This record gives sequence, C-alpha cells and structure tokens, in this order.
Amino acid sequence: MTAAVYLAIYAGLLIFLAGCLRRILAYARTPLHLRWELYPLPHEHPYRAAYGGSYFETQEWWRQPQVANRRGEWRVMVEEILFLKSLRGFNRRLWRPSFLFHFGLYLAVAAVGCAALALACGLFSAGAQIAGLIHALAAIGKVAGAAGAIFIVAGACWLLMRRTTDPALKNSTRAGDIFNLLFFIAACTLLIGGYLLRAPGTASLAEFARGAVHFDRTVRIGSAFGAGLILVSILLAYIPFTHMAHFIAKYFTWHAVRWDDRRNERGSAIEGKVAASLGYKPTWSAPHVGADGQRTWAEIATTNPTREAQK
Amino acid sequence: MSGRIKLRDLSRPDSEPLIHLENEELMPLPAPLESPEKDHAWAALSEQTKSRYECGLDDTCAVNVPKPKTREEEEQLVARFLSGLDKLFDKENNWTFLQPLLLTMEHCTGCQTCAESCHIFEASGHNELYRPAFRSEILRRLYFKHAKRGGLLSAWQHGDVHLNWPLVARLIELAYRCNLCRRCAQSCPIGCDNGLVARELRKLFSQEMGIAPREIHENGSVLQLKVGSSTGMNAEIVKDNVAFIDEDISERTGIEFRTSWDVEGADVLLIHNAGEIMAWPENPGAFGLILTLAGVNWTMSSELAAYDAINYGLWYDDAQFARVAMKHMEAAKKLGVKRIVLGECGHAHKALCVIADRLLTDDLHIPRESYLPLLRDIVLSGKIKFDPARNDFPVTLHDPCNMVRLMGVVEPQREILRALCPQFREMEPHGVNNYCCGGGSGFAIMSGNNFPDWRFHVSGRKKLEQILNAFADYPGPETPKYLCAPCSNCKGQFRDLITYYGLWQKNRILYGGLVELVVNAVADVKPGFIEWEWR
Repeated sequence: MTAAVYLAIYAGLLIFLAGCLRRILAYARTPLHLRWELYPLPHEHPYRAAYGGSYFETQEWWRQPQVANRRGEWRVMVEEILFLKSLRGFNRRLWRPSFLFHFGLYLAVAAVGCAALALACGLFSAGAQIAGLIHALAAIGKVAGAAGAIFIVAGACWLLMRRTTDPALKNSTRAGDIFNLLFFIAACTLLIGGYLLRAPGTASLAEFARGAVHFDRTVRIGSAFGAGLILVSILLAYIPFTHMAHFIAKYFTWHAVRWDDRRNERGSAIEGKVAASLGYKPTWSAPHVGADGQRTWAEIATTNPTREAQK
Repeated sequence: MSGRIKLRDLSRPDSEPLIHLENEELMPLPAPLESPEKDHAWAALSEQTKSRYECGLDDTCAVNVPKPKTREEEEQLVARFLSGLDKLFDKENNWTFLQPLLLTMEHCTGCQTCAESCHIFEASGHNELYRPAFRSEILRRLYFKHAKRGGLLSAWQHGDVHLNWPLVARLIELAYRCNLCRRCAQSCPIGCDNGLVARELRKLFSQEMGIAPREIHENGSVLQLKVGSSTGMNAEIVKDNVAFIDEDISERTGIEFRTSWDVEGADVLLIHNAGEIMAWPENPGAFGLILTLAGVNWTMSSELAAYDAINYGLWYDDAQFARVAMKHMEAAKKLGVKRIVLGECGHAHKALCVIADRLLTDDLHIPRESYLPLLRDIVLSGKIKFDPARNDFPVTLHDPCNMVRLMGVVEPQREILRALCPQFREMEPHGVNNYCCGGGSGFAIMSGNNFPDWRFHVSGRKKLEQILNAFADYPGPETPKYLCAPCSNCKGQFRDLITYYGLWQKNRILYGGLVELVVNAVADVKPGFIEWEWR
C-alpha cells in the first residue's frame, strides 16, 4: 500500500507537470495572431486604465513610448486569481460556490507548500535550531490542508447542485463536468476523512511527507487515507487534459489576447513574425479567396480577383 | 415560445424554425414603447423564401442559403463544412486567429457568465438560442469530435452533437445572430470569446463554402474591390459628389472650403466611410470645414477603395479583410502622406488602426489614427471660436463598440461634448461597458426578408432602452434631442430604429455624428447647421 501511494503521488505529479508543459507549449507555439485586444487594459497609464482608455486617444501616438504599467497589471491579476474578480462582478450567484472551491484549491496548494518547506528545513538545517519553525509550518500546513479539502468538497457540492438544477447551466453541462466535480468530491472526502479517522499507529501528515521524500516503505498509511492520496494523484494527472487547466489558458487569454496591444514596428520582432505568417500557404476552397496551396497569404492579400476578372 | 431548446435540436431534420418570438416575451421597453400589444407585428417570411432557402432557425433569415435539392448535395455541403472545420484549426490557413480560437474552444466551463452581458440574449427575453455560448458549444463539440477526431471518451468529456446538413444550415444563420460586440468576452472569467467564435464560423462559411450575406460580400467587399466603394461610387463619381457637398456646406455655413484630392506628402490622408457621402453629406462636409478652419494639411485619395474606409472583411473573411486593408495602405504609401486619419466609422477604425497592424511589413508601416484625438485637440486648442449655447439641447452619446471597447478611444469624444454641449448626458452603462447599437457586424446594412424586424425587436432593443432612458427627463416632442453616434454603421441602425418606432414624431429624437455638433457650435458659422428635420 505504502509503495503504491508513493508511486501514485510521484506519477501524478509528473504527469501533471508534463501535461501542463505540453499545454503551455501547444499555445505558445501557435503563430502570432492579429490584434484582438479588449479594453480596459490594466497596463495602460493609471489614468486611462481607470476608464478603459488607450494610447489611441493621443494624436500621433506612435511618437510616444508605450506605457507599461506593471503595477496595474499585477493588481488586476492578483484580484482575479485570488478573488475571481470578474466572476464576482458579472455572475455573483456562481461566484460564491466557485470562490469557495477555488479558495480551497489555493489552501491545498499552500498546505503542500508548507509541508515541502518544513521538509526542506529539516533536511538542510540543523533541526534543533529551527524546530519551532518546522513545527509551525507543519501545523499551518495541516490546518490549511484540512480547510482546503473541506472548502473543495463544499464548493464542488454547491457547484454540482447549480449545474444540475440551474436550467441555464444544465444545457451546456457535459457528462464530463459532472464527473469532474464528483471526482473532486470523492478524492477530497476520502483524503480528509481517511486522515481524520486514521487508525492509531498509522502515519501522521508529517510522517507521511517525510516517508514520501525518502521513499520509506516502513511508514504505515491508513487504507482510506492511502486511497484518498491515490485518488488525488489520479485527479492531479487528469487535470491538464481537461478544461480544468484553465489556469494555464487564462495566462494566454489575458496576456496574449485581451491585453496584447503591442505595436508592430518596422524592424521589430513582431514584424518578423508577421512576415513569417504571411508566408503560409492556405488552401481555403471558396473561389474568391484564390488559395491554391501555392500562393502565400501575402500574395492573396495583394491581389484583387475582381479586377483580374475584369481584365 | 420561451425557448427551452437543447443543443441537439440544431440537428433536427425538419426545416421548421426552432423558436418563435412574441413581442410579449421580449425585454420590456420604457415609455412610450412600454406596451407590447402596440408594438409592430413582425413580418412573416414569405412562403417562397421558406421553400427556397434554409430558414430553420428562428423567425427570420439573414443569409439566404439555397436548400440543397438532393441528399448527395447535402452530403457534399457537410463534407465542405468538415473540410473548413479542419482549416479553421490549422496554422497555415488560420494563423490570424488560431490561438484565441483554440483557447476558447478548449477552456469554456459553461458557467454562462457571458449570457447576462449579451444584449441580444437579454432583449430576446433570455431565449436559449441566443445565449452567446450556445453557438460556441455547438462548434466546441464539433471541434472535439471532428477536428480533433475524438472518440467515445471525448464525446463523454466534451459532449456530443450530431452533424448533418440541418445543423450546418442552422449554424450558418446562427453565426449572423451576434453583433460581434464582444461584450460577452469582457465578462468571461476565463477569457473565452464567443464573439470570436461567431466571426470564425462566418469565416469558415465564407472562405471554404463561399457562403456569406449578399450585402456584405457581393455588394460589400467584392464591390469595393471592383469599383472602389461598396456604395458603387467610382473615383469620378465620388469626386463629383464631394465637390457638390463642399459647395453646399460652404453655402450653408458661409465659410468657403474645398476638399483637396490626391495631394502628395499631405500631413493627413482622411478616409471616410463612403456611405456618409451618400447618406449623410453634412458629415464629410463638416469634416472638410473643420480641418480647413484648423489649418490642417489634409487630402483624400481617389485610388481604388481608398476613398471608402469600410472593410467588411472584418466581420466574415480574412482574405477580403487583408485585401481592403492593403488597398488603404498602398494608397497612403503612393501619396507619401504622414498619417491616415479615419473618419466617423467604427469598424474602419478597428480594422485599419488595430487589426491590420499585424499584416504590415516594410514600407507599409504608415501610422493610422482615429479622427477623435485630432478633433479634440482642434476643439480645445482655441484655434476656432465656439458658441456652446448653439448646442443647448439634450445630447447623449452612443459609444461604437469598435472605437471604444475594442480600441480604447473613450475620452476624446466626451471632452468635446463637455466643452460644446451644455446638456450632455451619458447613457448607462457607457464607455467600454456600452451596449452595441444592434446594427454591428453588418446587420445595419442587411435588410433581406424580414431581417430588419429581428434587428429592431431584438438586437437593437437594449440600445433603444438606453436612448429612451437617457432622454427620460424630456419625454415628449416639445424638446428636440440629439443622439450623437460617431459611426456610420451605428447611424444607419439608429435611422432605421428611430423610424420604425416613430421616435422622431413621438419624442423628437434626432441622430447624427459628432462633427456636425462641432460645426453647429462654430461661432463664425451661420446658425442652424443642424437642421431639426427628419431625413
């Protein structure tokens, strides 16, 4: 059981990271698209960002350098990531369960972070000197983990109820959506339940974490807690292959689409990418496009089929 | 019918409409249009139209797709759709929007946050068919099933949909039930873009299947590339018309000016939506007068397509979009102007200033800008003497989506109105949170069958509510009121909408551009440039 749990955790983590990397690369490798920004842009000058203005509000805007208000951008990102600001603003009814669920996820990540930090402190420092710190980190991790799992289960149940009873959501809910929520509920319930109800003599969280790092098979893991850990590992491996990986997508939809107002200037890297894309050879079939798989986008854009037909 | 339709209904084999809207079901309007019983009855589609064209979506028909005559023909059309679907997700064919489209396809959680942001969904009485995510969800399921070759597991994870000709035919129509205003994208917590999905579907139908509404393809971008303008005006005609406008406006204002054509090395190449020259000649006339009074070195171009700023490709076709944008840029390059300034046309702003930016290389990098900062600077510079008392009537401002939410030009027009219009008041919401006029993405020029009925009752309804609310303190016809719409397309929608609901007679609401208000307030101009007459 113990070895199986360790293997599941390592495999789950590896597949999660590989899946995320694959997804990131898939989007990062798509060609630079046409500009498609959506205002307000938080990296504009604070005065303009407040009402959604852009550099296009200035005559001869190209003579001025582009503003990069990173503080504004970070502020919006933090509000969006931590508090799901846009959902709160536009869909308060769904925000409550969604926030509970996501905040639970953040607490769970924080718990793992605390555990990792505590282990690192124990491994690389003289234990006695920082025993207090390790103890505190373990305690914080334990509380955050328990609260996280409870919030995730509560949030997922609430979301499940919304998905199955709200007529607006029902029509677009797929079987996979229901499964995903049930998966979270089952995995986290088993994990927290298994841990809280573990038999005497089975591993505490700290003992388990230490055992996982050292692959110590002598550590005794309770069966329900172990099953919870295996289920969570499978869930972790599954996430990057579903739309639940929207934490990756959000980086691109915000930074590469909605907020991308970078100018194409002569001799710039953007111009180089544009030139490369104009060299693609499309095969669209409608006659007016004039694509035959041989002509490039540049050639298509600079020919006028209506005039050629008149000749 | 309240419309609890399901996604699978789109594949229904019959050609009967999926929904029918009654006036009573639509979003209520304020006075004087609060009574649904007194509202216009919708014109019904003729039997001839229903027998010839695919009209199986709702009460109207925008695209007029001929019904296939045989089963084989249906299958061929579905095969072409599938071929286009593959190309939509291929970088050689769709590098232009591949990344945002993939992100939208693969990450929508179905939370429906977008729905309440959509004026069409709200105005329809929350009809399921007009949910912004409805058409996206159909495309998403087709994408996973056919473009990604998903099997049973994929169908379970992403949902399934049965692809047949009725579904494709309905999807063609459904792609033209969205104004592409992207208000829904603004509210999406993930950043998915249902407006883009509608646009990409239109692209697939146009670029692969050769299917697009006649008004925006044959009579739009094709005509523009053939004779120079979608109005049908060639260079000689447009020059004659502008000369007549110059003469007329000079006479009306008492200030002599002439438009200069094809001036090499001019500071400004001004490009109007040529529809202004035909339908609202006082608009290009006002531009000419202001630029002349301000001493701007400006010109217009008589090159093919360069005297018409429109670029309908923005709404449906990348090839046509790129061709028109190139024509504009080549004309500017030929004249050696320092910059291009776009007149009062929202989609032309977005097309040339923003989207076409990533089509340009080498010597085509000629700066483009909106007329609004230039106009604001002229008005506030003190070069021209103004008398704001001439504009002392209620004025409200419509924010064209393409200039505001999609380009971030928000304040210059307000600075002008605050300076020149003592009774300026905002609509709510406004700025980047505005609502579309309901004529966006080509709807304002699409008038086949009974489509205008849908445009007035549904897509224009939210804006109509906003306008009436903005002037609620002057409800009757006693006080003339001005709806400032600095965009030709929006003006076309307002002209038709106000006429349809009789709001000139009932409320004395007049619509017009921003430059007309500016000229109306020029102290040296004969009073009464804005004529309070309905045309």
